[in-house]
Amino acid sequence: MAAQATAMKVTVERGGAGTESHRQSFDVPAYENQTVLDVVSWIQQNADPTLTYRFACRVGMCGSCAMMVNGVPRWTCRTHVSRVLKDGALHVGPLRNLPVIKDLAADMDPFFDKWVAAEGRHHPTRSREEEIQPVDPAAPERQTASAGIECINCAICYSACDTVAGNPDYLGPAALQRAWTVYNDAKDANKGAILDAVSGKGGCHSCHSMGSCTQYCPNDLDPLSAILGLKRATTRRFFKGAK
Amino acid sequence: MEFRLYMAQRLSALVMAPFVLVHIGVMIYAIQGGLSAAEILGRTQGSALWFAFYGMFVIAVSIHAAIGLRTILLEWAGLRGTLLNAAAALIGVGLFALGAQAVLAVTL
Amino acid sequence: MIVARAHPLWLAYILHRLSGLALALFLPLHFWVLSMAVTDAARLDAFLTLTDMPLVKLAEFGLVFLLAVHVFGGLRLLALEWLPWSAPQKTWAAAAVAGSFLVSTTFLLRAI
Repeated sequence: MAAQATAMKVTVERGGAGTESHRQSFDVPAYENQTVLDVVSWIQQNADPTLTYRFACRVGMCGSCAMMVNGVPRWTCRTHVSRVLKDGALHVGPLRNLPVIKDLAADMDPFFDKWVAAEGRHHPTRSREEEIQPVDPAAPERQTASAGIECINCAICYSACDTVAGNPDYLGPAALQRAWTVYNDAKDANKGAILDAVSGKGGCHSCHSMGSCTQYCPNDLDPLSAILGLKRATTRRFFKGAK
Repeated sequence: MEFRLYMAQRLSALVMAPFVLVHIGVMIYAIQGGLSAAEILGRTQGSALWFAFYGMFVIAVSIHAAIGLRTILLEWAGLRGTLLNAAAALIGVGLFALGAQAVLAVTL
Repeated sequence: MIVARAHPLWLAYILHRLSGLALALFLPLHFWVLSMAVTDAARLDAFLTLTDMPLVKLAEFGLVFLLAVHVFGGLRLLALEWLPWSAPQKTWAAAAVAGSFLVSTTFLLRAI
């Protein structure tokens, strides 16, 4: 109790599919060192055991604890309360742009469906009978691909994007960045299929380069540049007239 | 279709970029000493060059504005499908008709 | 929930969208007034005398600013998309706005 100075006002978005969403206030003890996830866990353990939220690793690797914190999508396990408090208050809600399952747990299905739709999957160049294809780590394409592979699928970029908010068909930054990394992979044999997938309805051309994805990515990745890369690749293919 | 609209949007923009700079230049020049119908017509009437310039400008801007407004209608007004495309086509045709009328009025 | 978004590239995006929207709404009026040149030259002249009013001058400045901001913002986008530049180009977003102010202020100074 020594470090406990005051109580902090925390409002939490409650409700979900089928039920009216509403805000509930909690007084949570403020500590010098605590993350937003600590606060949410404190509420669930000490104030209301019915509060639903999602987390797993607590060290910023699994990408499951993202929530809206004072209007900004953040990974709550690595977000210190002291950094995001607004006038001593904290408002926590489920990720934007996704359906809510209950309380703070967002339904990630549309997000992952779009990963598949963006064709960000491996198209092998060789069979198991052949030698493994060497990859040159210094090649520019490899460097470009490597820049995007640390994505943890937290959907913070998806949640931050206003284009997703206005256009539910839009594949979103994470799926497009994934497609861009596979496109730049020397071991991928069907780059045409990727460009086709990102040129359709809701593809990379729906992006308006507002850059909220890159702004809020907790891993400092740059989906905006990946999407710009896809636009460049599709435009180049258009001028070359290649099918 | 999305990709074609994207290319049409960017290419019409590229066409217009120099036009707009000339247009702004002409405006800065033309407003000196006030504007009058006679002055505008004296510059533009019977000129094939101004006809071609503003004619291409009107074609490009009709395409560009129609695609741009289509995006806004989709994202901000929630229009979808046939209704969305019909609205965009109507905007494009309407702008072209009004623009063509204006170009003919000042250059013929 | 209010979403925090005020970072340079988002502001550049919203400026580009709103200026484009405003220009598209202004265009029909612009075309209509010019069409008067044939049908009713006197009416066009009456309309053009309006441009001497300070308030109209200010609106004109606004329009030129919108046009300039949309063009420079658009060129910024084209460069961002088609030239292999690294993003985010916050400097270019700022330069687009600065250039637009320069051009439209020139217009205003000449108009006065």
